[in-house]
Amino acid sequence: MAPAAIELKGINKSFGAVHANRDIDIEIPKGTIHGIIGENGAGKSTLMSILYGFYQADSGEIFVDGKKTDIQTPNDAIAAGIGMVHQHFMLVENFTVLENIILGAEGSQLLNAGISRARSELHRLEQDYGLEVDPDAVVEELAVGLQQRVEILKALYRGAEILILDEPTGVLTPAEADHLFRILRMLKDEGKTVVLITHKLREIMAVTDNVSVMRQGTIVATRKTAATTVEELAELMVGRRVLLRVDKGEPNPAAVKLSVRNLTVKDSRGVTMVNDVSFDVRAGEIVGVAGVAGNGQSELIETIAGIRKAVSGTVMLDGKPIDVTGAADPGELRDRGLAHVPEDRHHVGLVLPFEENENAMLGYHDDPKFLNGPFLNIDAIRADAREKIQKYDIRPADCRLKTANFSGGNQQKIVLAREMEHDPGVLIVGQPTRGVDVGAIEFIHKQLIAMRDGGKAVLLVSVELDEVRSLSDRILVMFDGRLVGERGPDATEGELGLLMAGVEAREAAE
Amino acid sequence: MDTLVQLLDAMVRVSVPLLLACLAGLYSERSGVFDIGLEGKMLAGAFAGAAAAAASGSAWIGLSAAILVAVFLALVHGFASITHRGNQIVSGVAINFIAAGSTIILGQAWFRQGGRTPSLAGDARFQTIELPGAAAVRDVPVLGPIYSEIISGHSILVYFAFFMVPFTWWALFRTRFGLRLRAVGENPAAVDTAGISVTWLRYRAVIITGILTGVAGAYLSVAQNAGFVKDMTAGKGFIALAALIFAKWKPVPAMFACLLFGFLEASSIRFQGMDWPLVGRVPVQLINALPFVLTVILLAGFIGRAVPPKAGGVAYVKER
Repeated sequence: MAPAAIELKGINKSFGAVHANRDIDIEIPKGTIHGIIGENGAGKSTLMSILYGFYQADSGEIFVDGKKTDIQTPNDAIAAGIGMVHQHFMLVENFTVLENIILGAEGSQLLNAGISRARSELHRLEQDYGLEVDPDAVVEELAVGLQQRVEILKALYRGAEILILDEPTGVLTPAEADHLFRILRMLKDEGKTVVLITHKLREIMAVTDNVSVMRQGTIVATRKTAATTVEELAELMVGRRVLLRVDKGEPNPAAVKLSVRNLTVKDSRGVTMVNDVSFDVRAGEIVGVAGVAGNGQSELIETIAGIRKAVSGTVMLDGKPIDVTGAADPGELRDRGLAHVPEDRHHVGLVLPFEENENAMLGYHDDPKFLNGPFLNIDAIRADAREKIQKYDIRPADCRLKTANFSGGNQQKIVLAREMEHDPGVLIVGQPTRGVDVGAIEFIHKQLIAMRDGGKAVLLVSVELDEVRSLSDRILVMFDGRLVGERGPDATEGELGLLMAGVEAREAAE
Repeated sequence: MDTLVQLLDAMVRVSVPLLLACLAGLYSERSGVFDIGLEGKMLAGAFAGAAAAAASGSAWIGLSAAILVAVFLALVHGFASITHRGNQIVSGVAINFIAAGSTIILGQAWFRQGGRTPSLAGDARFQTIELPGAAAVRDVPVLGPIYSEIISGHSILVYFAFFMVPFTWWALFRTRFGLRLRAVGENPAAVDTAGISVTWLRYRAVIITGILTGVAGAYLSVAQNAGFVKDMTAGKGFIALAALIFAKWKPVPAMFACLLFGFLEASSIRFQGMDWPLVGRVPVQLINALPFVLTVILLAGFIGRAVPPKAGGVAYVKER
C-alpha cells in the first residue's frame, strides 16, 4: 500500500494554559478528500497551522509521503508540497492576481521573468482545472468566490500536492460551493490530496471520502464518510446528542410591528447597497433574510437599527416613523422597543476589554434600575449580570471577567441576554450563530423561537441558509440590494440558492 | 528672469533634504512601519556628519558617519516596533527627542561652540560639481541658464537624491524586493504564509530609511551648510512626511511634492524683507509659516483620499 500523503503522530500544542491539540494521530491517504470537522475552538485550525508551519508543535512527528518531515516555517511546508487556502484570504488586495500568485515564488530578483512565467503556467492550470480568473484583475475588485480561486491557484502554482482548505465555503453561495466541490473532486482525480476543514456537516457528507472529528483538542473518531451519518457526526462533535432540527409550533402573526417601505441605502463610496426594499414584520413571527454575504443585508439591518443613514424610504415602528434618512438615534429606538443584536459582536456588539457585567448593560446604562442618582449603581449592574449569566448559561459564570476571555458562543449569549431581557417589541438579529459552537446554537435558536412565541417581531439575517430555513416563518431573499423573492419555510435549498445567486424568480420556478 | 532662475536654483537645493527624507519614509511606511522619527534621524545624521567631517577633514567620512548613526537610530526604531511590537509613534517621538537633546549636549561637550560644530572648508565639505558644458551653454537663451544654473552646480548628494527617485520607482515596482515590500505593508499575513520573513523584510526597509535619512542629514551639515547648528532640520522631517502623504506613498509624485514645498521655502527666504504693494512689509514669521500653512490646506482638502498602506502602524502578530 502506498504511504499516506500525511501522517501525524502524537502532535501536542499548548497556548499558555490552553491545550489546543492533544496527542493527535491522523493518517490521510493519498488521493482522497479528507474532512476534519469540529466545533469552533476544537483545535482544527491549530492542527492545520502546525502542518503548514505557522506554529510549531510542542511534540509529535509529521510524515509526508512516508518521509519524516520537519516543518518549521511555511516555506518548509511549501517545499514539502503542502498548500493552504486560509479562511481569511491571504491576499494583498490592491495587487493583481498575477502579483499575488508570484509573491514569495518570484523565481528571480527581477519581476518581469517571473510574471511572464506565471502567466503561461496560470493558463495551463486554468485549462486543467477550470479555474478561470483574469490574471490582470486587481484582487479587491474580484468577487469572493474568485478571490478564493486565486488562493487555490497560488497553492497549485507552488506545486502543492496536498491542499488544505480552512472553512472554504463560509463566504460562498450554495452554487459557488458546489463549483468548489467539483474543483476539489477534479484535484482528487489528478491524484492530489485534499484536506477540508469545516464545521458544516452537510459539506462533509457531500464531498469527503473520510472524516475525522475533533473535540476539545483531540481526534475523537475517524470514519469513512459513506459509513456514517450526520447525526452520528454531530453527536461526536458535541459529545452528547444534539437536536439538529429546531422544534417550533405554528406562528401566530398579529399586528404589524415593523414596516419598511422603499428603503434605499448607499455606502460611503456611493454604491447602492439596499435598493427599494419593502416588507413588514408582524408580532409573533420570525422573518428571515437570506442572501450571500455582501448583498445588502448588513446595511439593511444597520439602517433599521439607526446606525446607518438611508437615502430614501420610510421605516415605521409600531406605526410611528423612524427617521432613517435623518437623525435616527439608536438609543431612542431602544427606548421605543427595538433591540438589535449586531452582526459583528466584536466591533459593534461588545467592548471586549470591558468586564462582562459592563457589557451586559451597555446601551441601557441610563435605565433607572442601573443608576444611583448621577452615578452607576454597580451592585445593581452586577446583580443583573449574574441573573443573566444564570438564565442564559453563560460560562464561565463570572460577571467580573473580561469579555474578551469568553468564547464566541458565550460572548454571543451576553449580547442576546442584554437585548432580549429588555423585553423589546421588535428584535433585529444579525448572524446570531456566527462563530458559535453547536451546543450554543441550539440554545440561541430556542431563545429566538421563545421570543416569537412570546409575541415579539423578529427580523433575522444570516448567511447560514440552514439557519434561516429552520427558524423563519417567512424567508426574504436579498440579492444585489434588492429583495428578489419571498418564500415559505418549506422552500427547498435549491430554490433559495438560485434566488440568492440572482437567478430571476421566474427562471427558478421552471 | 534672473530672479526666477535663482529661485528655482534655491528650490532644488532646499528640496533635497525633503526629498531624501521623504523617500526614506516611503520605504519604511510601504513596509508597514510608520516613522515620525525621520526628523530625529536626519538631525542626528547631520550632527554626526559634521562632527566626523570636522575631525577627519573628509566629507566622505562625514557622510559615512551620518549614515551609520542614522541607521543605528533606525534599527532602534525597528527593534522597538518590529521585534517588540511597540507603538511606532511613541518610538518615533522618542528618537526625535533623543536626537534633539543629544546633538546639543555632545556638540557642546566636544566642540564648546554653543552646540555648533566647527566650520567646514575644503575637502571636509561636499563641493559643487560643474556639469560638462555648463559654462559653454550659459548664454543660450532660456535653456542655457536652466542647465548651467539650475541643473549644474550642485553637490553630488543633490544628484544622488534625484537619482533615487527613478531608482525607488524601479525597485518598488520592478523587483522582487519591491513586490514583497509593498505586500508586507498591505497584508503581512499574506507575506508570512508565502514563506517570507515579515521581520527581516521590515528590518531591511528601516535600514534603507536609516541610510537615506543619514544622507539627508549629511547634506544639511556637510554640503548645503558648512557645519552643524542646533535644530538645523527645523521640521523638515515632518514636512517630508506631509509630502509623502501628499504623494500617496509614490516616488515620482513624492519628488514633485518635495519640489513644491522646496519652492515655498525658497520663496519665503527670497521674499523676506520685501515691500509688497498695498500691504507693505510682511513679517518674516508669517512668510516662514507659509509652507506649513500650505501643508495643512493641501492635506485637508486638495489631494483627495490618501490611503496609507493598510498594515501601516500595526505590528505583525500571528493569529491568536
